[in-house]
Amino acid sequence: MKLITAIIKPFKLDEAKEALRGLGVAGMTVSEVQGFGRQRGHTEVYRGTEYTVDFVPKVRVEVLVDDGEVDRVAGAIVSAARTDKIGDGKVWVTPVEQIIRIRTGEMGPDAI
Amino acid sequence: MEGNTAWVLASAALVLFMTPGLAFFYGGMVRSKNVLGMLMQNFFSMGLVSVLWALFVFSLAFGGEGRFIGDFGFVGLKTLGNIKTVIPSYKGDYALVVPALAFCAFQLMFAIITPALITGAIADRMKFRAWVVFLGAWLMVVYAPVAHWVFAPAGWLFKMGALDFAGGTVVHINAGIAALAVILVLGKRRGWPHETMPPHALPLTLLGTGMLWFGWFGFNAGSALAANGLAAQAFLNTNNAAAAAMLGWLVVERLKGGHATTLGAASGAVAGLVAITPCAGYVGGISPIIIGFVAGGVCFLAIQLKFRFGYDDALDVIGVHLVGGIVGSLMVGLFAEEAVNPLGADGLFFGGGVELLGYQAVAVLATIVWSGVISFVLAKVISATIGLRCDDDEENAGLDLSQHAETAYSFGELGSMGRTG
Repeated sequence: MKLITAIIKPFKLDEAKEALRGLGVAGMTVSEVQGFGRQRGHTEVYRGTEYTVDFVPKVRVEVLVDDGEVDRVAGAIVSAARTDKIGDGKVWVTPVEQIIRIRTGEMGPDAI
Repeated sequence: MEGNTAWVLASAALVLFMTPGLAFFYGGMVRSKNVLGMLMQNFFSMGLVSVLWALFVFSLAFGGEGRFIGDFGFVGLKTLGNIKTVIPSYKGDYALVVPALAFCAFQLMFAIITPALITGAIADRMKFRAWVVFLGAWLMVVYAPVAHWVFAPAGWLFKMGALDFAGGTVVHINAGIAALAVILVLGKRRGWPHETMPPHALPLTLLGTGMLWFGWFGFNAGSALAANGLAAQAFLNTNNAAAAAMLGWLVVERLKGGHATTLGAASGAVAGLVAITPCAGYVGGISPIIIGFVAGGVCFLAIQLKFRFGYDDALDVIGVHLVGGIVGSLMVGLFAEEAVNPLGADGLFFGGGVELLGYQAVAVLATIVWSGVISFVLAKVISATIGLRCDDDEENAGLDLSQHAETAYSFGELGSMGRTG
């Protein structure tokens, strides 16, 4: 079992979601986050004074998948979220020891 | 009389509306943890000033026929409701054509908004109780005498020949220099100027600007104290100066390499409204457009001074109100026309000499010295007794929570509140 975490541009969330649905992914968690990578922030001007805003708004998508699904799901997110411009974000995969569905108590891959 | 009374009462209501407008103009510019603190400092002025005004401050500002201060003849507004009551120094050419009570109500609204202007400079770091004490004391020892000097026909600056139609000196220079005096005692916000403190809600600032512009028709056109052609002149001058100043500010902002910003449009309009205030009933034609355009550009440059001199005028009260007020008060000496207002005089550009400009300069200096010195002393005394400034924890938490135990914006259900008492 793996956790796929993707940081993507906020306006790409719908496309990523539809791509995952198309693959039959059972669920996902999204959150609004801020950060910077190579894109860095931007500049704002108030009454002639410039401020740099270092953190750029992004969306974090988290999906739990069985081992055999990892490449397909991660690949779908990458192609859905890509704009070929700087700041497209990242996807990473981490191993998951255990998953439990709270309602039924099911464990392991059955709980995904 | 009835028409005049209706217009002055409506104008009083318009001027009252400016104080919430100012609160939102400033409130949008502070960080979200301080927005209630800012709104409260402004709204509280409507409470405290109204009561003090009725008790004795109106009398202190407008009673009697002294040159420097009023008297206690109208304490508690007694006799003011009598239809035959006249305010002693308003006679001859200056006789009021509205009831004394209508005049009292109209002037009250000026007394409410003038100290409220100071809150923009002291933003985010003053104890609320210190503001309460400063507000009341300032009204008595700074506002009342300066209003008497300039507005009351018995006042020494009025008698000398200085012209201030609606408060360039009494309101804007007075509050602007007081703001500078207080922040010199108060100190900078923690983290200023290296830390980012951008406005949290510019839509509120633009909403407030709209309320100010709207209310300013009462401020300036109401200062004709009659429903007549002079009121119409002041009305149009007010509008056109605000419009031209918005353009002036945006042009300079754009030329300096930046963008035309919404905050710039709002700030420019307010700078124009400030500058036209002393001129409103003395100038005509395209003069207000010139005055506004110049004020917009000059005030944009003036707000950069705080970085050079290192004083933390948080929301640019000095750059906009002190500088805008000085520009406007001196412009009277250049652009005034007796043809517009026979009780005025001709300025340098309209056949008069430099005499009027000289009177204007004296009024500007007198206001700066009195308000600057007394405000500084008041702030020092408060600082040494009950304390002026929040401690570091209170400032970090924000005024909303530390001074008022409230939060402006509560989103979501996490961390919902349970009752403790």
